[in-house]
Amino acid sequence: MTAPVVTGIGVVAPNGVGTEKFWSNVLSGQTGLGPVTGFEADGYPVRQVGEVPDEFGEEIPNRLGVQTDRWTQLAMTATVEALRDAGIDPAGPLPFDEYDIAVITASSSGGNEFGQREISQLWSEGPERVTVYQSIAWFYAATTGQLSIRHKMRGPCGVVVGEQAGGLDALAQSRRMLRTGTKAVVTGGTEAPLSPYALVCQGASGLFTDGDYLPFDTGASGYVPGEGGAILMLEDGTRDTSTVYGTMAGYAATFDPRPGSGRPIGLLRAAIGALKDADIDASEVDVVFADGCGIPSRDAEEAKVLTELFGPRGVPVTVPKTMTGRLAAGGAPLDVACALLAMRDGVIPPTVGVRNPLPDLDLVTEARPVPVRTALVLARGFGGFNSALVLRN
Amino acid sequence: MRTAVITGIGVVAPGGLGTKAFWELLTDGRTATRPISLFDASAFRSRIAAECDFDGTRNGLTEREVSRLDRAAQFALVCADEAMADSGLEFDEVDPYRVGVAIGSAVGATTGLEDEYLVVSSQARDWVVDPAKAVPQLYEYLVPSSFAAEVAWRCGAEGPVTTISTGCTSGLDAIGHAVGMIEAGEADIMVAGATDAPISPITVACFDAIKATSPDNDDAEHASRPFDRTRKGFVLGEGAAVFVVEELESARRRGAHVYCAISGFATRANAYHMTGLKPDGREMAEAIDVALRRAGRQAERIGYVNAHGSGTKQNDRHETAAFKRSLGAHAYRVPVSSIKSMVGHSLGAIGSLEVAACALALEHQVVPPTANLHHADPECDLDYVPHIARDVELDTVLTVGSGFGGFQTAMVLTRDAA
Repeated sequence: MTAPVVTGIGVVAPNGVGTEKFWSNVLSGQTGLGPVTGFEADGYPVRQVGEVPDEFGEEIPNRLGVQTDRWTQLAMTATVEALRDAGIDPAGPLPFDEYDIAVITASSSGGNEFGQREISQLWSEGPERVTVYQSIAWFYAATTGQLSIRHKMRGPCGVVVGEQAGGLDALAQSRRMLRTGTKAVVTGGTEAPLSPYALVCQGASGLFTDGDYLPFDTGASGYVPGEGGAILMLEDGTRDTSTVYGTMAGYAATFDPRPGSGRPIGLLRAAIGALKDADIDASEVDVVFADGCGIPSRDAEEAKVLTELFGPRGVPVTVPKTMTGRLAAGGAPLDVACALLAMRDGVIPPTVGVRNPLPDLDLVTEARPVPVRTALVLARGFGGFNSALVLRN
Repeated sequence: MRTAVITGIGVVAPGGLGTKAFWELLTDGRTATRPISLFDASAFRSRIAAECDFDGTRNGLTEREVSRLDRAAQFALVCADEAMADSGLEFDEVDPYRVGVAIGSAVGATTGLEDEYLVVSSQARDWVVDPAKAVPQLYEYLVPSSFAAEVAWRCGAEGPVTTISTGCTSGLDAIGHAVGMIEAGEADIMVAGATDAPISPITVACFDAIKATSPDNDDAEHASRPFDRTRKGFVLGEGAAVFVVEELESARRRGAHVYCAISGFATRANAYHMTGLKPDGREMAEAIDVALRRAGRQAERIGYVNAHGSGTKQNDRHETAAFKRSLGAHAYRVPVSSIKSMVGHSLGAIGSLEVAACALALEHQVVPPTANLHHADPECDLDYVPHIARDVELDTVLTVGSGFGGFQTAMVLTRDAA
């Protein structure tokens, strides 16, 4: 089999619902970050978040709306766009045998708002007030299940969890399915972690900033959470399609050693592994979409890896998630979408807000027109997950 | 072609901790279902469950681990310890880069999330919950990749690590994922399995709401009755099983005891309904067909089918139809049983517990029975091995799972590749 190809993109992001709207906002440096609007968040350890504007979901029937959490609805919207983009009618029929197309998504925290509401109902009103849909809306597999049902995709479906790294792991799992006979996979991920309890759970890590999200800036003080993500149509390349954004040429995943072991972290190994898997040299990489956590120690680790691999200021590095916040399972798929669009348009999207970047990095702070043939996407999940993906066109 | 084999098993199950106690319970045909003791369930429709008598500190966990980790994570670590010891593999001496982890869980740390919710919300009075009352481990509870991370730290894995969360097929899918990693050469050793600890008010309420669980509260011991026409739904369970899965040749080189090979795995979706099943069993049959093809086995070689057997009417009929569809006349000859009759339905974990039962069935040449089966559903007319375990000659076993979202998974385990 040749390398899998991306034939469709769907985006739901804080700074744009729909791929082209998002992309034009990204290139102009328009941020989607702002205050929490869903509730009074005074006293919360975060001043701004990336909320998706209420422009999504118009194609979701009410019947499905009441059965699903916002996270699933975000994915439904992005999936419709990705299918159309790939020249497929979301209402069917699919140009594949029903068992040859699957859905594999990443999820980090499931149906947060739905779950909080039902736990509240249970404890304030009693068990009989818990909705019949709680059992199908809250759990991590709800999105994959709903997408499979809605679009009649009966292939080997899956759900992976790896915090921020999970989005790349979902693409990798999709590639494994393509290698064992599946022809197409609807993949990627979304997240909706901005309801009160989900925000408090994330904030418990102490890693939010109450200032600005400034990855690789000498003044970095933490990250800003966001919601949304991207859904991609990944195919084995045998179907005639009008668009091929690029190929998934390489991937590797590693895990950091036990805390306190003194052994090196696994990020460099993941990046090298992905390049090796793509059979290319580091010098061929035109841009790195960094994880860019915004926590000084983690930024320093990542900058060191990039310097070791590419040399000081050896490759353009960007973090467009400075405009969306970190989207957990949705973050890496959105970076993959950005990388593919960067290839298409020959422009590297910017990292916004950073004024004093670490000196060893060529951090792209304004959209940079340059041919992009090969991109490396890095993603790190809390706990020690490192995933790296190479895209080529 | 690289082959994945099981060389170590660890189990936390209702009715007794450890692989030995688990197998004794199953082969004795005893049931571990009982009135819920983990919380006051008096307000609920279904007040019974298969609970684990579990004390983390008596099973190798530190006080700090017990206070920090969700119950499901504790189960996983205790299982991982047993599996690693059972494998005889010196994990300190293997290349950590070649060791990966795949842990399945359907509902993650719901127990911890619910308990802590009551703290930050002043007993569910406040929608805008109080961050000042949040414990630091809440992020680990929110994101169940923490389960895989904990196991990775335990076994020193620095290769590919992930959590798989496909609902009630998570346990089979996580092991299937591990097999895929070994076959593709992405890892040589995978510590894989699944854990769930869902006996909490919110999860019990979930299943109450859709009347999926049994309300036979006055006869907990006999409440899980798969394939019996008097069944009234499944009985919730909890537990975990974790395995050391290795590449066959390297397992042979080190002289490991090999329980069985995992020779075929496939999953399909019914794209029909989040909870409903069509009675024809078509997609599960497809998954079985593909798993058998990948294993290179004819249906007639199967000596035991470990059924999903949840004890809901629609499941029991759906999978009976699937077995007939995929195995043909052999479906009527092969022994089929459901261990959920004894240990309940622990959501994502049960698939891994069932793989443990299959590996032990191959090891001991004994098929565990279906407990509580007195009056077979006329539409369920296969040999479900009622009450009493059976000695059989066995070299190929099929196990299946079926879950919310419409996911159908099949796995074929074989003895002779071992």
